[in-house]
Amino acid sequence: MSPPDLLGAAILAALVLYALLGGADFGGGVWDLLASGPRRAEQRALVERALGPIWEANHVWLVLVVVVLFTGFPAAFAAISIELFVPLVLLLVGIVLRGAAFTFRTYDRPDDRVQARWGLVFSASSVLAPLALGVVVGALASGRLRVAAGGAEPFAWLAPFPLAVGLFAAALFAYLAATYLAVEAEGALRDDFRRRAAGAGLAVFGCALLAGALSWREAPVVFAGLTARGWSLPLHLGTGAAAVAAFAALFRGRVRAARAAAAIQVALIVLGWGASQHPYLVVPDLTLEAASAPRVTQVALLWALAGGGVLLFPALYALFRVFKGERPFAVVDRRRS
Amino acid sequence: MTDLLAARWLFGLSLVFHIVFAAVGVAMPLLMVLAEWRFRRSGSAVHLELARRWAKGTAILFAVGAVSGTVISFELGLLWPRFMAFAGPIIGMPFSLEGFAFFAEAIFLGIYLYGWDRVSPRVHLASGVAVAASGAASAFFVTLANAWMNAPAGFAMVAGAAADVRPFAAMFPPGWAEEVVHVLLSSYAATGFAVAGIHAALLLRHPGSAFHRAALGIALGVGGAAALLQPLSGDLSARSVAVNQPVKLAALEGQFETERGAPLRIGGLPDAERRETRWALEIPRGLSLLAFHDPDAEVKGLSAFPREEWPNTRLVHLAFQVMVGLGTLLAALSAGWLLLRLRRREPPRLFLRAVALAAPAGFLALEAGWLVTEWGRQPYAVRGVLTTAGAVTPVRSLAVPLVAFTLLYLFLGAVTAVLLRRQIVEAPGGAAAAGGGAP
Repeated sequence: MSPPDLLGAAILAALVLYALLGGADFGGGVWDLLASGPRRAEQRALVERALGPIWEANHVWLVLVVVVLFTGFPAAFAAISIELFVPLVLLLVGIVLRGAAFTFRTYDRPDDRVQARWGLVFSASSVLAPLALGVVVGALASGRLRVAAGGAEPFAWLAPFPLAVGLFAAALFAYLAATYLAVEAEGALRDDFRRRAAGAGLAVFGCALLAGALSWREAPVVFAGLTARGWSLPLHLGTGAAAVAAFAALFRGRVRAARAAAAIQVALIVLGWGASQHPYLVVPDLTLEAASAPRVTQVALLWALAGGGVLLFPALYALFRVFKGERPFAVVDRRRS
Repeated sequence: MTDLLAARWLFGLSLVFHIVFAAVGVAMPLLMVLAEWRFRRSGSAVHLELARRWAKGTAILFAVGAVSGTVISFELGLLWPRFMAFAGPIIGMPFSLEGFAFFAEAIFLGIYLYGWDRVSPRVHLASGVAVAASGAASAFFVTLANAWMNAPAGFAMVAGAAADVRPFAAMFPPGWAEEVVHVLLSSYAATGFAVAGIHAALLLRHPGSAFHRAALGIALGVGGAAALLQPLSGDLSARSVAVNQPVKLAALEGQFETERGAPLRIGGLPDAERRETRWALEIPRGLSLLAFHDPDAEVKGLSAFPREEWPNTRLVHLAFQVMVGLGTLLAALSAGWLLLRLRRREPPRLFLRAVALAAPAGFLALEAGWLVTEWGRQPYAVRGVLTTAGAVTPVRSLAVPLVAFTLLYLFLGAVTAVLLRRQIVEAPGGAAAAGGGAP
């Protein structure tokens, strides 16, 4: 693989991790918003407990994507920033309000009205951010952004397909979060999140159908990638198998297995998007190659990522090990002794 | 308001806001770790309570810093896409490394804040040290990028585009060490004095409070050491600016004509039309002496450069005066504190009152210093290479996000202030009350 392809793969990998970790944190906010039933307060408390120690670290994946993009593919960063100005600003507003409100709620008075007010800001912005992020991804894939326009069409992204991808992202993150939270909950609370995971899984299916159907007309490059390449069928079979496995595990109460299957499903979806629009960063005007920084920069950046990764992953493992139990990423559901 | 001006306001506002939280993110973990270290060594309950209180404050401030820093990383592209398209490949390296430092800071802060009862005391303290170290590393890397904008290096210009890019040469441009040291010291001094000022005020209200006295000791220790070193670092910085950015030096000193034995001007108001700085207290040969360590050295004046390359002399000079004035004040207070410590005397009320009044001085100096370096580089974003006007986005109606983010920052700033105030007001006057790591 050439340096541009390797860096593109690194960005895609960081996006997968951002979806699996940071995305699930936004999904937690969705479940705060949709908390209901007799255990409403416990559901919210679980979300808060689950996110508290880790959301800031999970958020950094997005910052890493941004810096790698502008270092390795500066032309794409500039073009994306210009053409997607509006949804990116909305994404930022969501990110700022989510993080700030979550922290303010933790450290503000424990009385219910104050907590409810911050909770509303936290959960509403947890919906706004994935919507905006999905719109950005959908717009990049759609072929609607013309780099030559140079900002003359600030609302080129406003079309059914990017909006459908926005909904898709929100549903995916909620689905992931519910499977994670089911692992961290116990008893009736666990059943709450098993049901929520199944419901969100159906929403994911619906959104996938919608976005897929719209892509036929609105995102032909991605549609062709998802249907006509050699890896298309295995990818869909793999994603489908993961989805079926996640559902089966949810119904049988094997929450760790369900969490792993859901994570694989989401990872395959993000990878499928990336692979289907390869070699484009911005369809149809900018390829990885065309947007590349000088080779020396890209090679240096790859080394920096490798070195940083060696430090980062053990530290991340330690974080999850401390707060998510002895087997933070376990797949097998052991019977309780 | 033109879109260029709106972009400058929005970016400036974002940084003025973020820089406070960034500096706190560098220095506050050090204070909190020192407090915990004192507790681990002496078993003093007061220091444990202090570490926990400061950790809560750090948690609030770090979260706001993390999200406002994210805004900046996006705004680099949203507002200055042509700057990033040009500079990204050249100075992306320090930004990428800063990303990893930010990762480490967030990870270990998570462990520190929520791990009081989950990890061993040794691991807990080590996590705090890792937070403090990665916070300093973040500031180090980000300042390298700013140093490059001031003195671009590591590439050649060929037909209006960058060629022959050398990322590691660009990472350490002329003057990088001086600027990095200056920024790091300013973070410790500003945060140390802000914290010390708050506890000094509370100590005046609750004399004899062991809690506030312990807090004052650590905060003034860190802030004072930094404030005493800062004039030395400032001297190094000024000499580096004199060599690498002569226009900026001339602007910040209000030096219009090139001359030997140039005077140091304290105060005064530069008048770019009349090409003179009026009403300044002039110390003969002072500037030549300070900038080149030679009383007869030639200092280039603004007249030596084309008029369109001058920054706004009035703003730059005034901001510089504010920075130096407040820095000198803090250094004097630090010297006073050092004398008190050497004589093992309790700080008298007058001294406490002065420290309390000086609480915002460090941050005002830090903001002023940042304005000096940014205003002083105008009209360029990358000195001599790319103008700010040439870097701005073609997107129109930037006044809309400017208003939106202004409101957002006002809201965040107000809430942060209220929550911190509550943390401080609820702090124990004397006895250490037991409190959880995080509720």
